[in-house]
Amino acid sequence: MNNHSMSVIVRTVTRFVYGLVILFGFYVIMHGHLTPGGGFQGGAVVASAFALLLVAFGSAGLKGQLNLHWLQSIEEFGALAFLALAFLGVGTAFFYNLLANSGGFLFGGSVPAGPNAGVLNAGGLVPLMNWAVGLKVMSGIAAVVIVMLVGSRKEEAE
Amino acid sequence: MRKALLFVAFLFVCAFLLLGAAEMRPFGEPVVAMMDEYYIQNAQPEVAVNNAVTAVVFDYRGFDTLGEATVLFAAVVGILALFRKLREDER
Repeated sequence: MNNHSMSVIVRTVTRFVYGLVILFGFYVIMHGHLTPGGGFQGGAVVASAFALLLVAFGSAGLKGQLNLHWLQSIEEFGALAFLALAFLGVGTAFFYNLLANSGGFLFGGSVPAGPNAGVLNAGGLVPLMNWAVGLKVMSGIAAVVIVMLVGSRKEEAE
Repeated sequence: MRKALLFVAFLFVCAFLLLGAAEMRPFGEPVVAMMDEYYIQNAQPEVAVNNAVTAVVFDYRGFDTLGEATVLFAAVVGILALFRKLREDER
């Protein structure tokens, strides 16, 4: 363990909590079209779990598990997927939601009017865009946090 | 002298804000509510989404979200470029 990791209390709590934080972030992304939240918010929650790991264990704790090239690839995939989903409905209009109420298997369900419990398999392109933006925000913020932490530690050492 | 000037400026700004607050409309009564009503009425039948905010962000105003994602992308690329020298030293 390098000398940048925090005390044993913080490390133990982090070990218990970070999986739950990541799970909650994916829940917020998945239910973005039903409950408050969405891709941006859920992605930020998942990225905060990575930041917690970095703060608790130091930069050496994540070296093998989070690769910067992987994170950049995921971010670019999310951005391109978002653009591709926007271009799907370009026959009618840019960002036209052609999967909503289509009755198909892929988020094609309909929602009853008024207050209801929520239909997960509905919304058309909205949940897919939530996933695209969620992946993008998650990997983007994680990459920023990792790079800034490693950079500042290097400056400290010099 | 300078403090007195600052105090007068402070009073001026305070009076400005208080006058603005006195003429504010009551909470929940916007000047134009047409778009709000449209979103609230049509988010569920049109987009099949319970969360009307998500319907606005990803469907009605999707282009805005594209710009937001571009801003985030630019920020991430800028920070990665800023710290590139440090990462090259590591190798």
